[in-house]
Amino acid sequence: MTTSTAPTWFSSPAEAARRLDAVGYLTDTPTATTAYLAGALEKPLLLEGPAGVGKTELAKAVARATGAELIRLQCYEGLDEARALYEWNYKKQLLRIQATNADQDWEQTHDDIFTDEFLLTRPLLTAIRRSEPTVLLIDEVDKTDVEVEGLLLEILSDFQVTIPELGTVEAVRRPFVILTSNASRELSEAVKRRCLYLHIAYPEAARETEIVRSHVPEISDRLAGQLVAMIGRLRELELKKAPSIAESVDWARTLVALQIGKLDDAAVTRTLGVVLKHHSDHERAIRELKLAR
Amino acid sequence: MALLDRHIGFVEALRGAGLTVSLAEDIDAAQALMHIDFDDRETVRATYAATLCKRDTHRPGFDALFDLWFPALIGDGRLGTLNTEDAELYDIATKEGDRELLVDDGPESLTEFREQLGEALEADDRQRIGELAIFGVGTFGSLPGQGPGRSTWSAYTAMKRVRPEDFAFRIMQALEASGIGEEEARATATRRIASFTGLAEADALRRIAQEKGVEQVGSQVVPPTIDKLDFLSMRRTDIEEMRRQIYPLARRLATRLTQEHHAKRRGPLDFRRTVRASISTGGVPLTTHHKPKRPHKTELVVLCDVSGSVANFASFTLLLVFALREQFGKVRAFTFVDDIVEVTDSFVPGGDLVDIMTELVAQSAHAAQFGRTNYGRAFKRFQEKYSDALGPKSSLLILGDARSNYADLQMDVLRDLVGKSKKQWWLNPEVRRNWDTGDSVASRYADLVPMAECRNLTQLSEFVHDIL
Repeated sequence: MTTSTAPTWFSSPAEAARRLDAVGYLTDTPTATTAYLAGALEKPLLLEGPAGVGKTELAKAVARATGAELIRLQCYEGLDEARALYEWNYKKQLLRIQATNADQDWEQTHDDIFTDEFLLTRPLLTAIRRSEPTVLLIDEVDKTDVEVEGLLLEILSDFQVTIPELGTVEAVRRPFVILTSNASRELSEAVKRRCLYLHIAYPEAARETEIVRSHVPEISDRLAGQLVAMIGRLRELELKKAPSIAESVDWARTLVALQIGKLDDAAVTRTLGVVLKHHSDHERAIRELKLAR
Repeated sequence: MALLDRHIGFVEALRGAGLTVSLAEDIDAAQALMHIDFDDRETVRATYAATLCKRDTHRPGFDALFDLWFPALIGDGRLGTLNTEDAELYDIATKEGDRELLVDDGPESLTEFREQLGEALEADDRQRIGELAIFGVGTFGSLPGQGPGRSTWSAYTAMKRVRPEDFAFRIMQALEASGIGEEEARATATRRIASFTGLAEADALRRIAQEKGVEQVGSQVVPPTIDKLDFLSMRRTDIEEMRRQIYPLARRLATRLTQEHHAKRRGPLDFRRTVRASISTGGVPLTTHHKPKRPHKTELVVLCDVSGSVANFASFTLLLVFALREQFGKVRAFTFVDDIVEVTDSFVPGGDLVDIMTELVAQSAHAAQFGRTNYGRAFKRFQEKYSDALGPKSSLLILGDARSNYADLQMDVLRDLVGKSKKQWWLNPEVRRNWDTGDSVASRYADLVPMAECRNLTQLSEFVHDIL
């Protein structure tokens, strides 16, 4: 069914790790292996995990590493077929009908207005019609209504779309599909069955230190280590919103900007607002970590 | 065992542990295995996880089974036993001069082993800790006695002899010397020791599995996932884990509810917006616009049994209800044992979870006069003290196991409360088959208030979803 030529994705887990690393995405074994498998098996990849651990970032990194174009479908409540798949350009069709000569018969007009010219392709259709390598990112798929999942099923399993007026459009070349979810809703078994699954958790301290260092090269080794250790402890507290990787990086930037060279209690208290976004979390962190106000 | 058999067996074991592995996923996994090298165990694990384990809550069970079916080493492996004869392995085992380690298991070797462990823990040398865990179980954790070849292994015995917790102070000192605060040093020390104990337990299990067969052990090792865990049989660690889960759960539930309400929302036609939108299509109203519908909100009164036996259940249910505060018009909560107190004030908006729990426990202490659960008395006191709480718009939710110590049930009072409120539910954390046994009066109360079994987070969230 696939008409694609040799896959342009990764040739082994190790190679995936190396190439993703080269474009600034540090992986661990599960991530590299799963990314490789998604390419090798040509199956969609479902990423789950807390907010801010780099799910969307992984999709972007795959696109960068393989030189593919990233097509993104941002899901939201109320997303429908017309926004996700395709839509007929009604306005243009109306114009076309109005501009038709009176002597042209209906059959021909009908054939005229349901052609490629009047088709507005939305992300999903665009992705499977492209002949160049494509990474299709379906972001925050848990935000959609349940019906949209049904819509995704045909695409995810067979990489084809059926348009009543035009017939079935098959993928010219299978895209590398990544779905992300914060698990605010359990996805259906049918979707999960069609996807590979990877749960991305907060990284280990050593890897997070590397991530921080790669984003904020000005930071000293020692400070980065202290910062990551502190973030780790904050994540262990029962906070409403645990700090994400993006927040560690923000924090590192803040410390560099304020020229704080050592993360002592006073420095933590001063800059805690960068990482914790709830008042009760602040109170809790200060109390639990016995920080001076 | 051939690879295919092992694969099939593993999939069977996963199914047995409650993971839904379809045939399609089974085949996917087998196909995926063809694409990778087998020399790296973590890659194999990642491959299986990506194709077979599609829920994060299933992951601990998956990992436990994977470790059993695809053990990192077989038998005594390279350092599990004392009489390793292979010189090369012997050298690996004895790295730098710790040859004494491999002499007979006596008091000296234990001292020696502990010394090694102390150093490894202090330096946080993960690899060495792993090796020592395997060695420790092999040396100090064997339970011989049932004849040759039938020995079995116990991490518990090993840990009792090795006593890794003794090193906590030493690790703390070392950490504090490098400029880390006391609190953090303590936490780190505890974590390191826990990881060593965990490794030892895993290794003991591996050894048992190898002797008795993985199938037999597999069914025992997989703990139930947190959302299936019984409220009445939770351990301390479970409670902490559950507390972590409750806010995310409430948020997920709230999101889902909002979505579903919105999906059903389509109110009456918004004529003005529809006509305006039709201008761009030449006056043809292609899309219609609707006015939003205002959802009506329930006022909720929660009566909550907080006597020892059901306290966990009660506090989680209360927390969930309060985390979902925005979904209700107004919530008032009361806790009782034989007297009743209002605890609504404990739930400060945006408050801290741990504080709320502490406050709740303190408040609930006032709910007991004699200390024995007495539903009848509690209902009567509620009617006397808080008769204003219930009204025609409010719904009544009662939480408890309906075990009333053979006291007067005060059916009339409850009937009166039911009459005053709009809707009623009763959540009972006991298994349905235990209702009406002993002093349980479940079905007598159930005649007045519809009663539902609610034993774990899944059932609880289903219930909350249904009443909203």
